[in-house]
Amino acid sequence: MATITAGVATSHIPAVGAAIDLGKTGEPYWQPVFKGYEFSKRWMAEHMPDVVVLVYNDHASAFSLEVIPTFAIGCADVFRPADEGWGPRPVPDVQGHPELAWHIAQSTILDEFDMTIVNRMDVDHGLTVPMSLLFGQPKAWPCKVIPLAVNVVQYPPPTGNRCWNLGRAIRKAVESFDQDLKVMVFGTGGMSHQLQGPRAGLINRDFDTRFLDKLTADPAGLVRLPHLDYVREAGSEGIELVMWLIMRGALAPEAREVYRFYHVPASNTAVGHIILQNPILEDSR
Amino acid sequence: MSEYTNAFKDIPGTVVFDATQSRLGYHLNMFCMSLMKGENRERFKADERAYLDTFPMTPEQRQAVLDRDYNRMIALGGNIYFLAKIGATDGFSFQNLASKMTGVPEDQYKAMMVAGGRPAKGNRSIADKDK
Repeated sequence: MATITAGVATSHIPAVGAAIDLGKTGEPYWQPVFKGYEFSKRWMAEHMPDVVVLVYNDHASAFSLEVIPTFAIGCADVFRPADEGWGPRPVPDVQGHPELAWHIAQSTILDEFDMTIVNRMDVDHGLTVPMSLLFGQPKAWPCKVIPLAVNVVQYPPPTGNRCWNLGRAIRKAVESFDQDLKVMVFGTGGMSHQLQGPRAGLINRDFDTRFLDKLTADPAGLVRLPHLDYVREAGSEGIELVMWLIMRGALAPEAREVYRFYHVPASNTAVGHIILQNPILEDSR
Repeated sequence: MSEYTNAFKDIPGTVVFDATQSRLGYHLNMFCMSLMKGENRERFKADERAYLDTFPMTPEQRQAVLDRDYNRMIALGGNIYFLAKIGATDGFSFQNLASKMTGVPEDQYKAMMVAGGRPAKGNRSIADKDK
């Protein structure tokens, strides 16, 4: 049987990807950001999953305004890095896990989540930057990845509660898959940031800290936070944080925080990162 | 639905990309989307006005693109994730776009971010500026 071992949340800032790709990680501006992921890379190497379900949002790369799926699951064998306007990131192609992806799609649809099934999709920085942060710069990625794209561009995005419940349905799906696989769920985006208009540059450390605290200790309270509060408190692009709730929903209620990192700024954004471990991972050590 | 959408209008300096904005900005955003292809970026750079004329945008939207007036583009239905492709085509970072939208020089904007960013206090509500 497949099991979910852990969840990881992290910001997916494009400038972080550019810093990695251009070899700038040692520069004084970037050094503190990447130092914050050193533990995580070691931890990830020790607990390498077979598959990651990577929850992210597409930034007008694979999906324009022609078709706007609220939840889209990538069922292909391979996903190529998208050209976001400055050429594709020089990272390996992302290998999917079609069997598990189709299984999750079918299981969640029967659980009344209207998933969009995607067989061809380029993946942008939202997906590849978290992979670079957790896996470094290998020639080939060390595990399979199932992209799960969430609409947070066109309003209304899904509610926090809907995201949390989708996470729970993903957990049920993974645990009913009859291959012996270790699976992690990544929630990406955030933390507080605003990229648009005269309020660009908004950062709210207090909000971010409370969000990180509640993610482990009180997710049921957190899922009731309305969209308005995200935008008011965490900036217009802070709404991406609803995606972290899918990751949390996919974990056991008693999941334990093993690592946390928070830094301001990376470009326009507060970098937030947390690792939550399911009890099963504790037992296996 | 209008209650949901209107509530966001109390947040200063922020346009939420709702149905109204999406309908207004469809062709502007689809123009931005076309810049995902290298050949289109070259065509745009070679003759911006001629390239813009191939999209059924309003004259105001075209002018806002030519002026690189991002706040105006947002008001006319542009979404920042789409508009960022114009910035990328021009070779500018997101911070450069942010400095344009906030009307402060880029070095000052960067310094604000390094100092912890724009505070939430005083920036939460148009109705209650002290909030």
